[in-house]
Amino acid sequence: MSELVLDHDIDRSKMKVSNEIAIQIVKMNKWYGQFHVLRDIDMTVHRGERIVICGPSGSGKSTLIRCINRLEEHQSGQIVVDGTELTSDLKNIDKVRSEVGMVFQHFNLFPHLTILENCTLAPIWVRKTPRKEAEEIAMHFLRKVKIPEQALKYPGQLSGGQQQRVAIARSLCMKPRIMLFDEPTSALDPEMIKEVLDTMIELAEEGMTMLCVTHEMGFAQAVANRVIFMDQGQIVEQNEPKEFFNNPQSDRTKLFLSQILGH
Amino acid sequence: MSDTHAQTVPFVRDTMLPQQAPPTSQIGAVRWLRENLFSSVLNVALTVLAVGTIVWIVMHIGPWLMNSVWNANSLAECRQILAGESGACFAVIRDRWHQLMFGFYPSDLYWRPILAMVLMLVAIAPILFDKLPRKLIWFSALYPFVAFWLLWGGSLWLPLAVIGGFAVGYGAFLGLSRVTGSVLALIGAVLAAIVWWVWLAAPVSSALQSAVSLSIRPVPSRDFGGFMLSIIIGVTGIALSLPLGIMLALGRKSDMLLIKAISVGFIEFIRGVPLITLLFTASLLLNYFLPPGTSFDIILRVIIMVTLFAAAYMAEVIRGGLAALPRGQYEAADALGLDYWKAMRLIILPQALKISIPGIVNTFIGLFKDTTLVVFIGLLDPIGLSNAIRADTNWNGIYWELFIFIGVCFFIFCFGMSRYSMYLERRLKTDHR
Repeated sequence: MSELVLDHDIDRSKMKVSNEIAIQIVKMNKWYGQFHVLRDIDMTVHRGERIVICGPSGSGKSTLIRCINRLEEHQSGQIVVDGTELTSDLKNIDKVRSEVGMVFQHFNLFPHLTILENCTLAPIWVRKTPRKEAEEIAMHFLRKVKIPEQALKYPGQLSGGQQQRVAIARSLCMKPRIMLFDEPTSALDPEMIKEVLDTMIELAEEGMTMLCVTHEMGFAQAVANRVIFMDQGQIVEQNEPKEFFNNPQSDRTKLFLSQILGH
Repeated sequence: MSDTHAQTVPFVRDTMLPQQAPPTSQIGAVRWLRENLFSSVLNVALTVLAVGTIVWIVMHIGPWLMNSVWNANSLAECRQILAGESGACFAVIRDRWHQLMFGFYPSDLYWRPILAMVLMLVAIAPILFDKLPRKLIWFSALYPFVAFWLLWGGSLWLPLAVIGGFAVGYGAFLGLSRVTGSVLALIGAVLAAIVWWVWLAAPVSSALQSAVSLSIRPVPSRDFGGFMLSIIIGVTGIALSLPLGIMLALGRKSDMLLIKAISVGFIEFIRGVPLITLLFTASLLLNYFLPPGTSFDIILRVIIMVTLFAAAYMAEVIRGGLAALPRGQYEAADALGLDYWKAMRLIILPQALKISIPGIVNTFIGLFKDTTLVVFIGLLDPIGLSNAIRADTNWNGIYWELFIFIGVCFFIFCFGMSRYSMYLERRLKTDHR
């Protein structure tokens, strides 16, 4: 099993799940042409939850979190994010997107802008924050992800791990209430995975609502309060991490866990 | 000094080797010659052949150029001076350069196109080089009106009235946006400006002209010619075709069916038709479609056609740039909550245009050279003037010298554009790959 070495004990004082519902998904279905990618997904995420979604490739886990900020359109069912239902109404979509931060597998930083400009762009143009204030916020979050000294460089000059941390800072600058992570460490060298996971753990410690698609089971055990296993577009099993890893119920989950934890 | 402990099997290096200089045969001119010119028997043969060809060409053209006659009043006089030897007669350029530059523009008013040209350089400088003060952009925005007035002359009130249209539109936008949403206000503003330009600008300017006369001598379009004409058509076409091309490229990628259909239809139609047919349409057919009595300036008609033609090509070049961007860039812009126009303006277009720079400049250069086609609809571009010059008995029979001069002038412009594009690519390079 991939061990996550922690520098410190995780501070759980702020990791509290409230009763307030952050995301509500009801009977959601999605097709790519004829292919039924997501089948009858029902899911409720409370504020403060840290959910890890895992499953074999092609199981629809990325598609699921991409539906939450409507990078993918669902064809039936309901998705309500922070009280706003996602429909084809562009105003609602933009509202949800500015409240929900997203971190991608391939970082997707804007290569023509400096790190600082990457972080200030959305606050300035979407939130109408004055430039000076936006820059202060950006520097605050760049310090938080521990790369303030790179602020004036371009993304191409940074390592993968640094780029991913910038991508996290860029999302945080919008002060999101929910963060989505789509395989944030899959494109990184093993040496760099830890620095990104550390940043994510720190975020969890501050009580951020997080949905992470990841294969980092060490991370799941350390901070998640719920692990969801998906296969063939359906939620097969979900449980709190200890139970999920030690006592999986379905055969499909057992097989998957034995494959990724076996070596 | 042994650093490899040959006697023990597990190996640990204890001294690092210092860097050494490469062998002399591997550096400098010797290596370059060997690698590039004499690397194989075939290459040696090709090198000798190429050098031979160059020498042969220089031997034949060199004396012709060296013997050039620069002072003569006719081709016959040139031949007399040369006395049977081979030599170029560039005296024709000296005699007629003003025609090649300005066409039949009144010679006492040459200062006007020259001033317009100088001001043009000032106007495009802040667009080309980002180190110049940004305030200069205001002059660039005003320049088209200044240039129009300088070149065509007439009342200053006309260009001022046209500028007034923008003020009318802006005022309408401010007024309406208090009452309605910004989209409706924008539509209202555009309508107000159009109403002003079509029905009000002309009477207002002539009324102002009769109240306070502010005019310089008008020059009709038929007197325009030479490189002045090429530059007017070329520069205006370039300036207008880029924004139009961007809109068409975005339209072609749009989800809105009507906009997409219009863009695709326009691009495919214009690309499928030779430029010369569009120019003939501009010069002959357009008048049939316009209400009788309206005269629509021929240069303006040609500029519109050349712009539309270049815009269709531009749209495809930019579409290539848009397609080359990874999907993640669109997704990241969406995920941050940027709306379509902001995502395009801030994220997508800056990158797509950068990728498309070589293609865009290629289209610009093509457009500039295509301005010579206006000779077929009776406008006197440099090629047309070379015919006019030959029609004079003094210079009947002179070809090479005129064409060389015209070619060199075009080359200077096109080479300049190409160099600028390479500079721009270097300046915008931020990916450090």
